[in-house]
Amino acid sequence: MSKPKVGFYWCASCGGCEEAVVDLAEAILDVVEAVDIVFWPCAMDFKREDLEAMADGEMAACFVNGAIRTSEQRQMAELCRRKSQCLVAFGTCSQSGGVPGLANLYSLESILETAYRDKHFSNVNPEETRPRSHIATPEGDIELPTLDESVKALDQVVNVDYYLPGCAPPPQLIVEAVNALVEGRLPPRGAILAPNIAQCRDCPRIDSKPEESVIRQFHRPHEIDIDPETCFLVQGLLCLGPATRSGCDHACINANMPCTGCLGPLDRVRDFGAAALSATASLLDFDQEEQIAAAMDGVVDPAGAFYRYSLPHSMLFRRVLPERTGEKVS
Amino acid sequence: MSDPDIAGPDGFEPRIVAFFCNWCTYTASDLAGTARMRYAPNTRVVRLMCSGRLDPQFVLAAFRQGADGVLIGGCHPGDCHYQEGNTKCLRRFELLRRLVDQMGIEPERLRLEWISASEGDKLRDATNAMVATLRRLGPLHLEPVPTPPAKSKTEHFVPEPAGTYPVMLADE
Repeated sequence: MSKPKVGFYWCASCGGCEEAVVDLAEAILDVVEAVDIVFWPCAMDFKREDLEAMADGEMAACFVNGAIRTSEQRQMAELCRRKSQCLVAFGTCSQSGGVPGLANLYSLESILETAYRDKHFSNVNPEETRPRSHIATPEGDIELPTLDESVKALDQVVNVDYYLPGCAPPPQLIVEAVNALVEGRLPPRGAILAPNIAQCRDCPRIDSKPEESVIRQFHRPHEIDIDPETCFLVQGLLCLGPATRSGCDHACINANMPCTGCLGPLDRVRDFGAAALSATASLLDFDQEEQIAAAMDGVVDPAGAFYRYSLPHSMLFRRVLPERTGEKVS
Repeated sequence: MSDPDIAGPDGFEPRIVAFFCNWCTYTASDLAGTARMRYAPNTRVVRLMCSGRLDPQFVLAAFRQGADGVLIGGCHPGDCHYQEGNTKCLRRFELLRRLVDQMGIEPERLRLEWISASEGDKLRDATNAMVATLRRLGPLHLEPVPTPPAKSKTEHFVPEPAGTYPVMLADE
């Protein structure tokens, strides 16, 4: 029997997910042994035409990483969907928007304004050139992709069969997913291919996790000497482990940094940020309104902290657009 | 059904989802009813056993499903039927309202009130005040969440029965 064909593609991402595939080290040889890579423009010479030439559903699986913001990314996502039997959202950007999704805190206009005109940035743009989707040159007219108003997760554009979470997905989860694919033991459609337990459950610092409210002041990691043995929450650090799925072997925690939640929510949580916020707030050791309010001021950027990887997947999807309220977006 | 004294002139009727705790604020709304107090009919009340049960997801879901404002009602500090559920609610509320503000939703759209079982009048006043505030702010317009097109015929993948992969081409 011929090997199943697989493809990889990237949209709005940093390239870390491709790096994660390479990070498989020797295990990548087993992957190459088991499957036939027919599309991976980041690593090998494949063009869009190669994908278009395939029959519909020709690829057994296509792993797409990155969020969706441009018209080109949308078209490629639709093409990958059509050419593959199983579409996997690879990494947290395609699963839930990821760090690029934080752009949904701003309007597209204010982003362009900052990037192309703001004097505080190192912009040298006297003619105030802006990105254009159409440009006429002596050789002919060129059409370029357009930017959407909001960043979207992959499953907000096309139907997604599986999710491989993480920023980037941990190698052991990738290997497990590929093995499951090859051996035909995939869970029901729509599943997240990672353990459905919280970080805390198998955290090496679980013994010092507080039973009751302990936080009296929130700190940021650079502000204190972090004890390498004790639960971060006891130390007043914003660790999203209680709300985050496990499966990364606690890479950040073992490097003495609190969990930022890249593996996303557990199965029964709809909105990761709200769940993480709830878990964090209930650990505060104050009863009086003024004390609580003062302590919460220590969380300097709640949206950035709790929706760091999932703003487009949140129930609110994006910040209310300024023309809706008449206010100016900062 | 709107009271001419209370309804706005422009015809905009704010929708408020109210989460009231069973022991205090919900009972207060009962009292307001039996005492025949007149107040704005704009709230849809969801009874919780305790304001401590309020998951922040409930609030966001209410906004997403069309609420112009969310009103949370619990027992006065120290009076919680379950000792400290309302304190837990307050801790979450303090953080949640900062988040909601960052998301471009006016903080006045989310309100927490301590209303005991005997304070029907306070419930009336809080509701009326919130309706007046929302009339001034106008409707909340959230951007719709994008959804993918309905599953097309070219999407072949059927994961069941297990063990047949990669032979997965199943026409419809």
